[in-house]
Amino acid sequence: MSNGTLYDKVWDRHKVTTLPNGQDQLFVGLHLIHEVTSPQAFGMLQERGLEVARPDLTHATVDHIVPTANQDRPYADDAAERMMSELEENVRNAGIQFSDPTTGDQGIVHVIGPEQGITQPGKTIVCGDSHTSTHGAFGALAFGIGTSQIRDVLATQTIAMEKQQVRKIEVNGELGEGVEAKDIILEIIRRLGTEGGVGYVYEYAGEAIENLDMEGRMSICNMSIEGGARAGYVNPDETTFEWLEETDYFQEHPGKFEELKPYWESIQSDDDAEYDDVVEIDASELDPVVTWGTTPGQGIGIDDPIPAPEDLADDKQDTARRAQKHMRVEPGETMNGYEIDVAFLGSCTNARLPDLRRAARIVKGREVADDVRAFVVPGSQRVQRAAEEEGLKDIFEAAGFDWRNAGCSMCLGMNEDQLEGDEACASSSNRNFVGRQGSKDGRTVLMNPRMVAAAAITGEVSDVRDLEEVALA
Amino acid sequence: MTDATEEIPEVDYVEGTGIPIRGNDIDTDQIIPARFMKVVTFDGLGEFAFFDLRFDDEDTQKEHPMNEERFGDANVMVVNNNFGCGSSREHAPQALMRWGIDAIIGEGFAEIFAGNCLALGIPTVTADHETINALQQWVDDNPDGEIEVDVAAETVRYGGNEASVSVDDAQRQALVEGIWDTTALMKANRNAIEETAGQLPYLDQRRSDLEADD
Repeated sequence: MSNGTLYDKVWDRHKVTTLPNGQDQLFVGLHLIHEVTSPQAFGMLQERGLEVARPDLTHATVDHIVPTANQDRPYADDAAERMMSELEENVRNAGIQFSDPTTGDQGIVHVIGPEQGITQPGKTIVCGDSHTSTHGAFGALAFGIGTSQIRDVLATQTIAMEKQQVRKIEVNGELGEGVEAKDIILEIIRRLGTEGGVGYVYEYAGEAIENLDMEGRMSICNMSIEGGARAGYVNPDETTFEWLEETDYFQEHPGKFEELKPYWESIQSDDDAEYDDVVEIDASELDPVVTWGTTPGQGIGIDDPIPAPEDLADDKQDTARRAQKHMRVEPGETMNGYEIDVAFLGSCTNARLPDLRRAARIVKGREVADDVRAFVVPGSQRVQRAAEEEGLKDIFEAAGFDWRNAGCSMCLGMNEDQLEGDEACASSSNRNFVGRQGSKDGRTVLMNPRMVAAAAITGEVSDVRDLEEVALA
Repeated sequence: MTDATEEIPEVDYVEGTGIPIRGNDIDTDQIIPARFMKVVTFDGLGEFAFFDLRFDDEDTQKEHPMNEERFGDANVMVVNNNFGCGSSREHAPQALMRWGIDAIIGEGFAEIFAGNCLALGIPTVTADHETINALQQWVDDNPDGEIEVDVAAETVRYGGNEASVSVDDAQRQALVEGIWDTTALMKANRNAIEETAGQLPYLDQRRSDLEADD
C-alpha cells in the first residue's frame, strides 16, 4: 500500500473512524451541489426527518440544465424550471450559499469552486458529479459521488469510502507546439485504458505537470474519471499558491493564506513516498490527440492511423468495431480531415479563460467554415465577463461563433444545446459516448480547445499546427 | 431517527432469472440517457433504462434483451467489463432497479456505479471473462433457469454449475449484515466527527468566519 503520499496524509487527517463494514468514514471539507443529482437526496433527508448538518461547508450552483441562450425566468423548458425551483427551495430552507445566475458567480460547479477560492489543497471535496476529480489540481482529495451518498454528506458531512491504491503518473519532457494538458490526459487514458484506474487514485507528477498552469492541471485531473480513477491530484506548489492567493476567499480574509500555507506544504507527497504503481510518459513525444471512437480511451495522434480492431487487446476489439461503425471511420485512416458539423468550446474540462484565449488566437481574423455551427460556452459567469472585457467575445463573434452564457451545455445535452441527427462535433468536452451530446446518432470527437477552433475554421478535424496563431491585442 | 440496523434488509442472497447485457465499457449515459434526468425524483425511471438502445426515433422497439418477453421477469443482469463507467448519476442503477434488477454479475464495474448500487442494496459481483461468457450463454439458452447469487459465500449457482465469484469485502459485509445504508451508521459517530473536524486547520477558519458574520 502507498505510504507518505498526499492521498495518505489527507485521508488520515479526515478519517473519522473505520465503519463496521470495513469502509472508512471521512469528514468532507467541501460539499458542492447542483440541480440534477441533489433534489432526490434532499427528499430522502426529509423522509428521515434529518437536517443539513453543515450548510456552511456546502455550496450550490446550477449548471447542467441552465439555458445558455435565454435565461429569463421561468425558463422556457418546464422541466428545467422545476429543477431550478427545487434547488432554490432546498438551498433556501437549509441556508446553503448559492451561486445562482443573478449573483454573477454562477457556472459549472468545477469551475466556480476553484475560482472562488473554496477549492483548497488538503481538503476533501465531494459532489454528485463524476468530474469532481477536477479539484484535485489543487492537491485536494475530490470525489464524484451518487445521490445516496449526497444524502449521507448532507446528513452527516461525512462519507463512507474504501481507501484506494495510488498510481503515480510521471509526465516528463516538454510539451511540443500545439500540444496541451488535454492531450496529456487523452494519451494517459489511451495507454492505461478506460478501466485502468479502477481501484486507484492518480497522482500526476513530473516536469510537464509542474510546468502547467492551474487550468491545465484542472483539465488533466478532470478526466481522471474517464480513465476509471475516481480521483486524481497534483501536489500543491508555488503555482498553486500564487493562484490561490488571488482568489476571493484569500483576498477577503487577510492572513488566512499565510496561516494555511504550512498545512498545504505538510500534505505534499514525501520525496520517498511509496506508490502502488508508477507509470512514466514522455510529453515531448506527443502530438495533438483526437478521439476516433466512442470512449475517451480511443484516442490517437492527429496524424496516426486509426487502429484495426484486431490489432487491439481482445477485450477492446468489440468496442472498437462498434465505435468505428458509429463514427464511420476505417482502420488505417487518420482523423485529420474528418468533416464536422458542430464545434463546441465549453465544459468543465476546457472552458476556462486560458482555454478561450488559446482558441481565440486561432480564430482571430478567420471565419467559421460554411455549414458549421460553432459556439463558445464559458465555464462560469466570471470567465464570461473576463473574456468579454479582454475582447475574446468580439473575436469569436466576428468569426461566426455563437457566444453563450455559462453552463454545461452540449457536453451532455441537458439543455437546448444538443447535436441533431448524425451530426459530427469537434468538442473540448470530456466524453464521446454514444448519445452523450443529446442525439443518439451524434458523433463526438474530443480534442483540445485550439484544435476545436481549428476544426471550426476548416470544417474538419485539422492539425492546429498548420494554422498560424494570431497574437491577441 | 430510526435505527438503521433494524430497518435495512440483509442482502446475503439473491435468486431469480437472468438477462445478458453484452459489451464492455457500457456507460451510464447509455443506461439512462441525460434527457431522462430532468426529474426531481427517481420514480418512473425504470421504463427509460437503456432507452436509446431499446427504442428508435418512433419509439418502436429495437432488438435488445430488455425488450424480449422471455427476459421480462429477469432480476439478475449479467454484464461484461467496466460496466457503469462515465457519469456518476445514481439514476443509472435506480433505473435498473426500478426495471426489476436485484443483482448484477459482471467482469468489472466502474467504481462510482458499484458504490451507487451498494447504496441501493444491489450486489455487483465479479467473475472472469470465461465465467461471464458461459453464464451469459446459459442465460440466453435458459431464460427461465434459476440463478442463485450467494453474496456471503461468493458463489453463483445455475443449472447444476457453481462458479466462484468475488464480492468486494466491504460490500459483502455491508450487504450481508444489512449495514449498506450508511446514513444512520455514520450519524451515530457524532462526537468523533466533531473531533476530526476540530483538528482540520482550514475548518476552524470557516466556522469562525460564520460566527464573525453573525
